[in-house]
Amino acid sequence: MAAPASMASGRTERPPSSLLNDPKIRGIIYQVVTALVFIALIYFIWTNTLENLRRANIASGFGFLSGRAGFDLGQSLIAFSSDSTYARALYVGFLNTLLVAFTGIITATVLGFIIGIGRLSKNWLIAKLSTAYVEIFRNIPPLLVIFFWYSGVLAVLPGVRESIALPFGSYLNNRGFAFPKPVFAEGFWLVLAALLAAIVLSLVLRRYSLNRRMATGRGVPILWPSIAMIVAFPVIAYVIMGAPLSFDYPVAGTFNLTGGSVVGPEFISLYLALSFYTASFIAEIVRGGIRAVPRGQSEAAEALGLRQGYTTRFVVVPQAMRIIIPPLTSQYLNLTKNSTLAIAIGYADLVSVGGTILNQSGHPIEIVAIWMVVYLSISLLTSLFMNWFNSRMALVER
Amino acid sequence: MASTQTSYVRTQMIAAEPPPPGVTGVAHWLKTNLFATTKDTILTVIALLLLAWYVPQMLNWLFFDAQWTGTDRTFCATVVQSGGSQPEGWSGACWAFIGSRFDQFIFGRYPIDERWRPTLVGISFVALLVPLLIPKVPYKGWNAILLFAVLPIVSFFLLVGGVFGLRHVETSLWGGLMVTLILSFVGMAVSFPLGILLALGRRSPMPVIKTLCVTFIEIVRGVPLITVLFMASVMLPLFMPQGVTVDRFLRALIGFSIFASAYMAEVIRGGLQAIPKGQYEGADSLGFSYWQKTGLIVLPQAIKIVIPGIVNTFIGMFKDTSLVSIIGMFDLLGIIRQNFADVSWASPVTPLTGLIFAGFVFWIFCFGMSRYSMFVERRLDTGHKR
Amino acid sequence: MAKKIVTALLGAAVLGMGAQAAQADTLSDVKAKGFVQCGVNSSLAGFAAPDAQGNYAGFDVDYCKAIAAAVFGDATKVKYTPTTAKERFPALQSGEVDVLARNTTWTINRDTALGFNFRPVNYYDGQGFMVRKSLNVKSALELSGAAVCVQTGTTTELNLADYFKANNLQYNPVVFEKIEEVNAAYDAGRCDVYTTDQSGLYAIRLTLAAPDDHMVLPEIISKEPLAPAVRQGDDKWFDIVSWVHYALINAEEFGVTQANVEEMKNSPNPDIKRFLGAEADSTIGADLGLDNEWAVNVIKAVGNYGEVFDRNIGAGSPLKIERGLNALWTKGGIQYAPPIR
Repeated sequence: MAAPASMASGRTERPPSSLLNDPKIRGIIYQVVTALVFIALIYFIWTNTLENLRRANIASGFGFLSGRAGFDLGQSLIAFSSDSTYARALYVGFLNTLLVAFTGIITATVLGFIIGIGRLSKNWLIAKLSTAYVEIFRNIPPLLVIFFWYSGVLAVLPGVRESIALPFGSYLNNRGFAFPKPVFAEGFWLVLAALLAAIVLSLVLRRYSLNRRMATGRGVPILWPSIAMIVAFPVIAYVIMGAPLSFDYPVAGTFNLTGGSVVGPEFISLYLALSFYTASFIAEIVRGGIRAVPRGQSEAAEALGLRQGYTTRFVVVPQAMRIIIPPLTSQYLNLTKNSTLAIAIGYADLVSVGGTILNQSGHPIEIVAIWMVVYLSISLLTSLFMNWFNSRMALVER
Repeated sequence: MASTQTSYVRTQMIAAEPPPPGVTGVAHWLKTNLFATTKDTILTVIALLLLAWYVPQMLNWLFFDAQWTGTDRTFCATVVQSGGSQPEGWSGACWAFIGSRFDQFIFGRYPIDERWRPTLVGISFVALLVPLLIPKVPYKGWNAILLFAVLPIVSFFLLVGGVFGLRHVETSLWGGLMVTLILSFVGMAVSFPLGILLALGRRSPMPVIKTLCVTFIEIVRGVPLITVLFMASVMLPLFMPQGVTVDRFLRALIGFSIFASAYMAEVIRGGLQAIPKGQYEGADSLGFSYWQKTGLIVLPQAIKIVIPGIVNTFIGMFKDTSLVSIIGMFDLLGIIRQNFADVSWASPVTPLTGLIFAGFVFWIFCFGMSRYSMFVERRLDTGHKR
Repeated sequence: MAKKIVTALLGAAVLGMGAQAAQADTLSDVKAKGFVQCGVNSSLAGFAAPDAQGNYAGFDVDYCKAIAAAVFGDATKVKYTPTTAKERFPALQSGEVDVLARNTTWTINRDTALGFNFRPVNYYDGQGFMVRKSLNVKSALELSGAAVCVQTGTTTELNLADYFKANNLQYNPVVFEKIEEVNAAYDAGRCDVYTTDQSGLYAIRLTLAAPDDHMVLPEIISKEPLAPAVRQGDDKWFDIVSWVHYALINAEEFGVTQANVEEMKNSPNPDIKRFLGAEADSTIGADLGLDNEWAVNVIKAVGNYGEVFDRNIGAGSPLKIERGLNALWTKGGIQYAPPIR
């Protein structure tokens, strides 16, 4: 584009070209235009919303959150009644979301690892069954999996009067899983403190053993002493404080079991569905991760005379984990996000409770904003944690 | 000395020995694959027991005890359930329900005498898609243009109507598999170019554009789809000027496409990052402009790398369409669930049958796509062997 | 572009504005587009539910048809938007639907804070309970400790909490978004009790696997005046929706039916003649912005209130709901219409 004359006369002279052809200037122009369009759009929406607001003459802002909820929630980790505020209802929903996400992540990980390793098994039947599992669950929408579990749970479990009695005074029926609720008396803190002390001591012992093994090649036994401490300390504390723990057992009432704690079938089916669905993806990640570890690594381990278990534990898994963790993080986030499907079966998670409030109080924008902020924060925190974990797991490159 | 033969060369091959006993045949296969170790044996036995317990029950419920024909609920309800004709204790799939409502599951409430329109769209879609997917068929460019540019426009007029003497069919009548497919196809067609732009924007050196793209992608990927759909369905009308209303179906489409674009952008960014720096420098040294460089050098290579990723994203999107049933639209899952409340088919086995049918349809589509993705992956692999 | 839209939406969202949209003149809008967009229940047998061909039918649907008949003289010029309990209000606020005939309870909050106008009450309902006969429950006061299925986002959900609290009873709420889900859960034995408007209970009982195993308890724990709703600040449209109902009531009072409406135009009774727009220099329709024969069109399309009731939810339907409070004021009920004069 530049004039040929300037080319000929050498590089000292600036070509007499338009400013528009300077990439820097052009970049600035592009950005200014984009920013202007963006601002115009915000302005457009802002004025429209203000206009709509004015026409409808409706109070807005987050003040409504301190209003009385007026409805009850089926499942709550903290005390909640219809007299509580909207804000507390949202908090209950938030805790329920965390509960199902957390338990779901643990189960999905365990299940996913089992099935992923199962697919690599030399046992033909196990490998095929694992493959079938993965192919079935990966290719069905999670919402459908939730419905399946929910109708399955309700259909298979018996009614209240035919409850299945389980050990420790717990019951299983189509109203959920009822188990004795621990009631903590004064002085229970000492039991907890004893447990904590035992765990700390076990960790110290492990460290010592490791150092000694490094120095002398022989460690000290750690497993049994640790177990002994973890069991004995709290028991001793429990006896000293005069048994500060009792249980509130579920008893059959007119309709339902009363007393105890109950986990509803909504939670059970959502938790199972999310675990099973996500496990199929985790299984694929695990399989890919393990297969990505070169065969030579395990052969070398065998050549060193390491047992099969040690080969897996100290050679294959640590290397596979490097590959597994990043996609695993996004699966965890997916599970958390999929937990919003709770709304379809009436589990009181954040979106479901928010939806009820949206409807009872009529503040769509505020509620959607709360949803987004909460889920963004969860995503961000999980990513940060997994990045930290990943950097710890990563092999030290020499 | 010279004539002494020191080497021996066999001139004839010896016939192959049969393998030692016990390394061929069924017994050997069983031994190595199912009963190799004690642990294996235990696992195999447990698995076999579980299969023997569940599979016959499942087959009975699904096929042998199932009710295949019928015109209303009495065929699928037992005698104790007011008016049923099945013996007490019976339980089996009620395929008659699927049969009698099949048209609704495909077309929703689309007027019956206008159903040739979606059918025609479906046929032309398949006719255009299949040759595009088979690598050997020529004219890929024209084919793609027909599929992604001409077909959507033609389909729009065909389905919505109101022109050329076609009756207008409002979107609230649409439903069933038709909606599921339209949502996923449009989501795909919109999110692909948008995803490319976002991915390019994210890698742009210009801070304003980069910030906007990163913010958009991270926000949308950080929140659940259901909140995006709620936003599109509940809040979008509030942002519009007075008197402007956006069609409900369109709102779901917008929410869905926004969501898909963010995910697509990340997949494509992966491809862009995998292109060696030399390719960019080579294009620069030839004096290509930014768009020439991107369009002719970078994107063709980047997209080729991420085709499997794109297909996987698409599978995810296809499954996610089921979520629109939560915001009150009647996609395949939505319309099946709506029919559970139908008085003429209410029976204890109807819901499970409906869910199994929905699951089967989704599974067929997703499984097919994932197999195709694997096929493409293998094909691309061979071309790049080093 | 989309990226900007979303970022912008979010920007506005974070600033925390709540807003509802409204149209200026619904009647002109409706006339311009050529049909009435009517928000109905997605599926509640008797009130609004799709039949085997997927066409909506029911009590509320007939109101939609009646409004269309009044405006256009043609009951087919109506389109339905099926809504869940949660979607119904945003749908009306945003102008997606012109009128909401979705068994919606008229409350002060909805009438004021949500920006709607309700009236007239086309069905006087009350919240009731349905239980399994096998539980041997005779009164709602025996329900302490029960698991109760309820649809979320309804007044029902709030009444339930209040009733159990007032009577010092314990309960475990099981809430769902959609009525289909509540039905399925109750049918599967997830809860002991189903609560919603009594009319709804009768309708839902029919969709259960074994309707005869269930009974509706006698208690009515709330007032649920169900009324069509329109947006506030549009009196003209509000008048039309109101007077369509009053026309249906008046028609029943006068004995004007779908079958005899044409001959009734020649009735010697001046009230009826005026009502049917058969008087000379009548302005009965023009004052509403409609045709003078609007009432005739309404009755031709759906019949009088009694016929609408019987056909969809009353004696002539599978629901078999008694007229009760919904009988005419002359027959012991409280359905009463201002005179057409």
